[in-house]
Amino acid sequence: MNNRQHIPFINKAINKDRSTLFKPSRREFLKLGSLATGGLLIGINLKCSGPSKDTETFAPNVYLSIGKDNTVTIVAHRSEMGTGIRTTLPMVLADELGADWKNVKIEQAVGDEEKYGDQNTDGSYSIRMFYDPMRKAGATARHMLLKAASKQWDVKVEECETKDGAVIHSSSGNQATFGELVEEASKLDLPSEGEIKFKPFAEYKLIGKDIPIYDLKAIVMGKATFGADVSLPDMLVAVIGRSPVVGASIKGFDKSKAMEIPGVKEVLQIDGSEGVAPGLDKPLPGVAVLATNTWAAIKGRDALEIDWDLGENQQFDSDGQLTEMLESTRGEGKTRRERGNFAPVNLMQGNSLDKTYLAPFYAHGTIEPPAAIANYADGKLELWAPTQHPQWAREAAATALDLPIENVKVNVTLLGGGFGRKSKPDFVVEAALLSKAMGKPVRVQWTREDDLHHDFYHSHSAQRIQASLDGSGKIYSWNHHTVFPAIGATSNPDELHPSDGEMGLGALDFPYDIPHIRLESHESKAHTRIGWLRSVSNIHHAFAICCMLDEMAEKRGIDPIAQVLELLGDDQTLSFEEEVSGDFGNYGEPYDKFPWETGRMKNVVRKVAEASGWQNAKREGKYIGFAAHKSFLTYVACTVTVEKDSKGNLIIPEVHYAVDCGIAVNTDRVRSQFEGGAQFALSLATSAITFKDGKVQENNFSEYKIIRMPQAPKKTHVHIIESQEKPTGVGEPPVPPFIPALCNALYQMTGKRIYELPIKV
Amino acid sequence: MKNYTIQVNGKSHEVNVPEDMPLLWVLRDIIGLKGTKYGCGQSLCGACTVHLNDEAVRSCTLPISSVGEKEVTTIEGLSENGDHPLQEAWTAYIVPQCGYCQTGQIMNAAALLKKNPDPKEEEIEQGMAGNLCRCGTYNRIKSAILSVSKSS
Ligand code: FES
Ligand code: FES
Repeated sequence: MNNRQHIPFINKAINKDRSTLFKPSRREFLKLGSLATGGLLIGINLKCSGPSKDTETFAPNVYLSIGKDNTVTIVAHRSEMGTGIRTTLPMVLADELGADWKNVKIEQAVGDEEKYGDQNTDGSYSIRMFYDPMRKAGATARHMLLKAASKQWDVKVEECETKDGAVIHSSSGNQATFGELVEEASKLDLPSEGEIKFKPFAEYKLIGKDIPIYDLKAIVMGKATFGADVSLPDMLVAVIGRSPVVGASIKGFDKSKAMEIPGVKEVLQIDGSEGVAPGLDKPLPGVAVLATNTWAAIKGRDALEIDWDLGENQQFDSDGQLTEMLESTRGEGKTRRERGNFAPVNLMQGNSLDKTYLAPFYAHGTIEPPAAIANYADGKLELWAPTQHPQWAREAAATALDLPIENVKVNVTLLGGGFGRKSKPDFVVEAALLSKAMGKPVRVQWTREDDLHHDFYHSHSAQRIQASLDGSGKIYSWNHHTVFPAIGATSNPDELHPSDGEMGLGALDFPYDIPHIRLESHESKAHTRIGWLRSVSNIHHAFAICCMLDEMAEKRGIDPIAQVLELLGDDQTLSFEEEVSGDFGNYGEPYDKFPWETGRMKNVVRKVAEASGWQNAKREGKYIGFAAHKSFLTYVACTVTVEKDSKGNLIIPEVHYAVDCGIAVNTDRVRSQFEGGAQFALSLATSAITFKDGKVQENNFSEYKIIRMPQAPKKTHVHIIESQEKPTGVGEPPVPPFIPALCNALYQMTGKRIYELPIKV
Repeated sequence: MKNYTIQVNGKSHEVNVPEDMPLLWVLRDIIGLKGTKYGCGQSLCGACTVHLNDEAVRSCTLPISSVGEKEVTTIEGLSENGDHPLQEAWTAYIVPQCGYCQTGQIMNAAALLKKNPDPKEEEIEQGMAGNLCRCGTYNRIKSAILSVSKSS
């Protein structure tokens, strides 16, 4: 494994659009297999996967081909885990091209960094990074088709246009389908950069509309292929008994009972990572039971007797650590941001608030638990996996088996949910190791218990915010302390503070106009594997900040929405650079291209106030809460209404979101991400993973509770701001503001502030 | 290990499996019908929902030995061309996100409507409470079911 970090928004190369287009050479053409069925083929050579890649001449990352039969084939190189990206990016290309969407075929790319550039589907950045390159690919192909047609008809290129898969010259009535033109078009040189023109926004027919996902029919018929659905001849199924405590090692094991179970063929030890700092890419140590079917493998695993040396984390108790973390916020931490001449707030006795906020560990709980299929034969390895990050899976498997990277192929299936879990390649490496050892195809199947016990968890956290008012009742100072075991600590035990990247998720980028601000982090250790989960540290940072703001508004006797508008100040572009001690990550984007604009936030705040009928709701005595939070460069404001039914159950009649994500490319999928985001966040607000004696206490959905239909918000309204700004992602931004908006609504109902998650309802 | 003959989607299948093997794994691993999903193995998520005659059951905890003569219907047998009214409603409302839970949701909803062709919103919520969706598609599922209920 090289030392490259795989935390997308933290170490992501600055995304400049350095894409260029090329026509693959004959050789390249042949390599493309099924795509190269004749016709026009355009590769996009994208250079957005890191400065080190800059010099590479051929790093195409998306291919488009148009067949003589009019089929437009577009390769989806990002993983589909429910956001709709596999539909949305091809849709952009197709729209710019003027294709007939009904004739578009989408093919999923294998994991190949050289060919496709970055494929790590994470950090809500697919649309941000690939909107323009996709348009460029479409516009280039369109240009060539127009040119081919104009030559044939002997008319000017500018007089021709593409529409529904054909080129049209309206004044002469000439018309030719793409398929009829591809032969001519593919003989042409690629147009120069200057010749490529994008359509005016108003001419788009797919962008900005509700477009159904490509896999819809296959999904509702049960024909879509997810991870565990791949089946190979003679394949064995492996279920693994993994170290119950991170850092444990195997002293010995007795396989005799497991071997007696009909169908069990073999029991093998996986050494995995040793000791603490297990790393993000290695499997845990374990004992695998390989059988002819899943049931035999599960029973075999349950019959194993493994003798563990539990190691140094066997004392780990999450409640205990949380208490220590909370205690640490009483002292001085490491300053990460400072504004003004910060003085401790006890000067302002009686005019200040000092509150602490606790949030627990979370597991991802994708309904599809991890599964991967490996087939090793003759020094070559082929993998199938529901992976968010096929390239990392490829590298990690190649390293584990000591194979040259080109001998490893990763096929990406649909993902039954990802949320960050399936970017880690540990489960894929398990399959690779076992297939090599058995000389046969192997499917590694995680059970639900395995998934909850051996996740890369979202960190638990303790925060403290002290805020004071000046003589006129305005907020004068804001001192935010945050402490949580860092993602980096999973591979480096010396990493005791959250990274700049993690701090940049909702803490460093605190946008409010308060004269004195200080942000401090405190030390904590990771005693389990920490990873990223949908919106990452934004979850706990937004919880603390937006709940505290609500309480400050109450103290000041002003409306919380009015307060946020006041604190955002005039419409302006904020700058953080001078106040921040480390890097201001800005989600990997250059700040001048994606700055923090208060006007855009005020706009969504006003929109949500108006659409939710905030003033009326308050007057009518409804229990309604508000929060606003920008994350992943998308501006979001949210209101949540709560009540109790006759049996005393919590009901959420209504959620309103207002969102400014620039151009909303597929409006239906923007809405679905917010509808789902509210439900996902509600589950986070009401569930927790806890550790005792180093072991996770929750075993299945009976203990790690995901909300069910009766608990879901009855209505979630999503108000999308019409915009032609650069598009930003929506996978994660719905999550952070929901939890504090809910807490603030519950306070209205119960009179009790919520300082600790999970909420007890 | 024992021989069982079970009826799945109108076809008879002979399988030789241990009697405690859940129907889920018989369907997926032995017969090769992959539309029925594994999510929890404990009747907690509904991803594995199939019909036993007209009842929705969680195939992950139903041992093969108790299937008997009853007709098993999986998502593959719900309709031939994906045109069951619920599948059409699911398409119209663009219900799925990742899609993993959806075959179980559809099978559960189909059984619910057979019993109660005109469910009230609350009855849908209660009737679907055993099916988890982590992506959060509950609102659209409810709308899709309501759209094919008798009085809609
Ligand atoms: S897998 Fe059967 S209910 Fe979850
Ligand atoms: S659509 Fe993903 S779990 Fe339901």
